[in-house]
Amino acid sequence: MTCAKEYNNHSRRTLVVLMEDKPGVLSNVSNLFRRRNYNIESLTVGHSETPGISRMTVVVYASDAVLEQVSKQLYKLIHVTKVTDITDDDAVIRELALIRVHAISTNRAEIKQLVDIFRAQIIDVAHDSMTIEITGTEDKVDSLVEILRPFGIKELTRTGRVAMVRGSTTPNRG
Amino acid sequence: MKMNGAQIIWECLVREGVEVVFGITGGKVIPLYHELPGFPIRHITMRHEQAAAHAADGYARATGRVGVCVATSGPGATNLVTGIANAQMDSVPIVAITGQVASGELGTDAFQEVDITGITMPITKHNYLVTRASELAQALREAFHIARSGHPGAVLVDVTVDAQMGQCEFAYPERVNLPGYRPHTTGNIRQVTQAAEMINKAKRPVLMIGRGVIIARAQAELLELAEKAQIPVSTTLLGKSAIPESNPLCLGMGGMHGEAYANLALQQADLIIGIGTRFDDRFTSAAHTFAPQAKIIHVDIDPAEIAKRVRVDLPIVGDALNVLRELVPLVQEARHDEWLQVIEGWRADSREHSRHWEEGDALVPQYVIRSLCELTQGEAIMVSDVGQNQMWEAQYYIHNRFGGLISSGGLGTMGFALPASIGAQVGRPECAVWVVAGDGGLQMTIQELATIMQERLPVKIALLNNGYLGMVRQWQEFFFERNYCATPLLGPDFAKLAEAYGIAGITVCEKEQVGAALERAMQIEGPVLIDFRIEQEHNVFPMVPAGRPIHEMIRRPKQG
Repeated sequence: MTCAKEYNNHSRRTLVVLMEDKPGVLSNVSNLFRRRNYNIESLTVGHSETPGISRMTVVVYASDAVLEQVSKQLYKLIHVTKVTDITDDDAVIRELALIRVHAISTNRAEIKQLVDIFRAQIIDVAHDSMTIEITGTEDKVDSLVEILRPFGIKELTRTGRVAMVRGSTTPNRG
Repeated sequence: MKMNGAQIIWECLVREGVEVVFGITGGKVIPLYHELPGFPIRHITMRHEQAAAHAADGYARATGRVGVCVATSGPGATNLVTGIANAQMDSVPIVAITGQVASGELGTDAFQEVDITGITMPITKHNYLVTRASELAQALREAFHIARSGHPGAVLVDVTVDAQMGQCEFAYPERVNLPGYRPHTTGNIRQVTQAAEMINKAKRPVLMIGRGVIIARAQAELLELAEKAQIPVSTTLLGKSAIPESNPLCLGMGGMHGEAYANLALQQADLIIGIGTRFDDRFTSAAHTFAPQAKIIHVDIDPAEIAKRVRVDLPIVGDALNVLRELVPLVQEARHDEWLQVIEGWRADSREHSRHWEEGDALVPQYVIRSLCELTQGEAIMVSDVGQNQMWEAQYYIHNRFGGLISSGGLGTMGFALPASIGAQVGRPECAVWVVAGDGGLQMTIQELATIMQERLPVKIALLNNGYLGMVRQWQEFFFERNYCATPLLGPDFAKLAEAYGIAGITVCEKEQVGAALERAMQIEGPVLIDFRIEQEHNVFPMVPAGRPIHEMIRRPKQG
């Protein structure tokens, strides 16, 4: 038995959405989330392995029933070709962040040490700042951000989650 | 063959079988209109773009074909918005074609520029912005395919003025290629078999029928199922006229203003078979209170409608006609005498509740509608507006013509009826078309009397004039301390107004004048408006207060 509006069993779900690369399709998708009042945590989009097909990773905070509606409503968009919930699959999930942190000659070494521990990279150094690139799970990115915060974060950008199922099962074949 | 964009548009419409379009010209569709006389398409010049969209909608509902409306850029396009949303909400296939500023001016806030594809994104099934003549044929081919197939809806095609004038080689695309759009039309046979088993076991089944059955033209199959297994049929507002309502198995409309016996049957049913309905809130009231004892089978062409509002025990995704054809042979003949007897008891009780207005002297709307129904033998195409008039029509007109009710259900657009009747009458010139509207709604699109006159359409208008925005006044009476804020309307003399347009006008103030006025209207060949000055503070009963279960109705008072 499924019921449409249950708000008790919310969880974070990761959807992979494949869509034809047509004008307006991205705003179509984001519009859908807004107007149906679905709660998006992150959304990333880029090319897939097939020319003309874009691949979006969406993280929503939703109950099973709402997630089912999200998925069905996405399918209703003419240019959406495939929607897969990979939350329970064995998937590789990564996020990239660029962090510009306040750094002067006295603390550069300390920052470098922390960056090394996280296997992140320093990609730019200026008189009063360093820019760090990190790729990893959201938790890992969160941790580095927290560690660096006391130095003074001047600028931060995160891509949001991108995901891919491990091994041979890829969402566009199903 | 070389053609310009405007010619391509009309040629594509002709190939899609379009015979009539409803529109208004304007700066950015002059090239389009310039080519129209060369094509076998009738153009109905409306007086407002909203009305053009409603007329296309009424045409589509009356004929089962795609309705087409045309408007210019900017305000022409934004005026369409209400009509597009209305069609989309009620699953009506329309294609709206709008002009747009030249492609080089897009995004510069040019004169009469508006981002109509952006504006209509959430209220269309799909839309297109076409900036090159060479892309028009493909866009229009897809637009019609999308509008009429699957869960039908509204599609908008916005065409820049340079695309209308650009020359290119015309080739009609033989097929559409939309990998992400493949509507599922045949029900899964395992689920259909399971549905038959559930129906065969049910003791107190009720069919709940929505507009999907009308769209699929599955009336014969529905009737066969109902009669074979003796299942009473309740319909949504838009499902009305899917089954001849004089059939004893028909319970009429259920829901917020549904008949008590229909609602009681739904609440006590052990099985509800919903077909082509979205279990909308006006029907079910609070979803968790709906049909507490019943298992629910839900047949719909749109997977997103299933389990959207109510729990569903057995979903079947498919076209109502296909599913019913599969289902009927698997269902055993059955009799549910005991169940029907219980329902008949409730029905008799409801009749008791109706007696006072039948016997009273007051000019009440029920009497008007019932008289109209008798005189037209339930065979007219009724186009109702929104509000009390719509509910009285739904309760008292016994529809025997398949698809004989056209009304704005989902969006509840006041002002819908008059322009929609234009589309209905143009599409079905052989049929009697009657508008039922209140004085509030009629005045929202009353300019269309001019279109009716210009096109010599014999539309008859029954105006239920109570000098109020009546449904809201009723809510104020019941739930807001009779604070009639902003509901009284001082109207014009509608009969004189009609006469000013060249339309026959009749005013009726007494109950005994009703029959003669209706008969006179039917004898007049052209359009007629009858202004029925009904009881001002008359209410629609039964009424389910918001959020209550549908069996907790405020019933009709037994005395007036």
